[in-house]
Amino acid sequence: MERYPATKGGGRGATATAPGRARPAPQEAESAADLPPLLLLHRPRALRRARSMALPRLLRAAAPRLYSTVPAPAPAPAPAGNRPRADDDKLLTEPLSHPDFFSVKELFTLKDLFDARVHLGHKKGCRHRFMEPYIFGCRLDQDIIDLDQTMQHLQLALNFTAHVAYRGGIILFVSRRRQFCHLVESTARACGEYAHTRYWQGGLLTNAHIQFGPGVRLPDLLIFLNTLNNVFEPHVAIRDAAKMNIPTVGVVDTNCNPCLITYPIPGNDDSPAAVELYCKLFRMTIIRAKDKRRQSEAVEELQRKAQGK
Amino acid sequence: ASEKPLSSCPTYSYHTLLWTTVRLICTTTAVQKRNVGASGPEKYTEAFIKKQIEEFNLGKRHLANMMGEDPETFTQEDIDRAIAYLFPSGLFDKRARPLMKHPTEVFPEQRKIQWGEDGRPFHFLFYTGKQSYYSLMHVSMLFVINNVSSQSSNICDILNRNLAGSRWLTKIELEEMLLEKVSDNDYSRFIQLLQKLATLPCADIEEKYIQKFSKEVPAQLQKVVIEPLQHDERGVAFSTGEGKRKTARATAVVYDNGTGRITVNGIDILHYFPVLQDREQLLFPFQFLGRIGKHDMVCTVSGGGRSAQAGAIRLASAKALRSFVTEKEVEFMRQAGLLTVDPRVKERKKPGQEGPRRKFTWKKR
Repeated sequence: MERYPATKGGGRGATATAPGRARPAPQEAESAADLPPLLLLHRPRALRRARSMALPRLLRAAAPRLYSTVPAPAPAPAPAGNRPRADDDKLLTEPLSHPDFFSVKELFTLKDLFDARVHLGHKKGCRHRFMEPYIFGCRLDQDIIDLDQTMQHLQLALNFTAHVAYRGGIILFVSRRRQFCHLVESTARACGEYAHTRYWQGGLLTNAHIQFGPGVRLPDLLIFLNTLNNVFEPHVAIRDAAKMNIPTVGVVDTNCNPCLITYPIPGNDDSPAAVELYCKLFRMTIIRAKDKRRQSEAVEELQRKAQGK
Repeated sequence: ASEKPLSSCPTYSYHTLLWTTVRLICTTTAVQKRNVGASGPEKYTEAFIKKQIEEFNLGKRHLANMMGEDPETFTQEDIDRAIAYLFPSGLFDKRARPLMKHPTEVFPEQRKIQWGEDGRPFHFLFYTGKQSYYSLMHVSMLFVINNVSSQSSNICDILNRNLAGSRWLTKIELEEMLLEKVSDNDYSRFIQLLQKLATLPCADIEEKYIQKFSKEVPAQLQKVVIEPLQHDERGVAFSTGEGKRKTARATAVVYDNGTGRITVNGIDILHYFPVLQDREQLLFPFQFLGRIGKHDMVCTVSGGGRSAQAGAIRLASAKALRSFVTEKEVEFMRQAGLLTVDPRVKERKKPGQEGPRRKFTWKKR
């Protein structure tokens, strides 16, 4: 059984964070070297959740996918060719030692967010109780989201996405707004990732082995461009991803529930400008991460060939 | 676990053989795999299908050699015949008999595994469950968005497309095209999107795209061609017509410049149709057009009874008279019902009844 070091963060996904408590400032994670390799894919940056009840060790030590009868597939994709294990480890652990390996911070500025109207929330009456920490204030009954917090959250989320893409993880874009359905699908296609902007069939994640066939690989990250579905209720995929231990990144507006989302991004999800900005940012991060991976692999190949000779 | 034939077992003692066979029979795959039916239809990889195709081609050549025929020109019918000859089967159901078909027919297309070696699915909409349908919607929406943005007032382009002579694909045809099930709602949404795309001013690419989903409807109202008059050796104009009623079939030849003599099967009308009603039926087309004494008619008729034969000849003569008459009068004839085939035929007797409608006598006890 794997031993998990006591972390200040709880398990990812399944715990509810009490938003009233002060959130720790986003610092660098403690070095990931002491984490067992099996968990590296799932929790590179999940250590900085607010203090919450830690899941019992037994539960965490059990198989990650609690709901399937077939054992979960290997987390890291099968290495192509005959790359030795040591190189793999170096490729995978090196990005984790940097706070911002993919320089995500330079992709956006506060002014960009402001121009894209990300700070505009819904009216006071629509406000969700758990979104209060993220709201800067209320002007003429309309909530204004705190862009400083948004910047931090966005940086965390983009960084996490980049790491997942770097390791060849499957990313699924989810949105249930008909206006942006085409945009989100095109973004996913451009990155080489996957999208689901249509009616969500109940057992897609929890019953995947029956719906798709045995041996299907589930997404490693879910990105919500819109957390609510067409009847203004939280999207079923949030709960399902939490059940299946899949981390989620989501843009939460003032009327959304940020509870089960691993990396919430408080921001406007209704304006076309804002959604286009998010799509652009995610697309750029994912492409950047994949390019970096290809570069590192190419460099590794050259080095090994040089050594081999 | 497969059962080995006894001949291939090494020489054990009889007791060991019995024991091994008993053991083999006990462990079946049904026990090892839990709930096989719930896992859905079996999936096949690309590599597996390729291997099957190679084996099929090789087997085809072997079979041709066995039958003493040329392997190059060995068609599927030859294969079927050869298999039926080599493996004669008395089974009733044709599908239960031995068959040798190309793997693409045996392993249906949609059961191929949709992801690669590393587990990543090929299609970007794989996780929706209905990837072909939603990708179709995505592409159609792309066309609509592109066209909505470029609003040019080319009304003639819209009119050029002949929507009246075409129909959209049916739901079943769409299912065949996409190789996956399409629900009624999905189908109606897709057709709505296509209709929206059709109303927008489109360029060539969109035209071709729409044509993929529309089918020509053969014109239901075929213009009936009225044959021109023919002339016999004496220079007399004549025209032929065919008619039927119930089981009677008749052909009529109507000659111009006549005196009103009508011959049926070589017999004069007065002798062939003693009843007045039948003769009235024959004369009705001429009376309607006011040409009673102006035409001669020679008819042949067979089948049916006297009334049916009269009706058949009436229809045949009306059709023949179309060539002598203007289009307006043809329209009048049609409206009078002279040119319509009478659809009434004898209704069949049903079991449990005495006749087509008559029930058996109801007895209270």
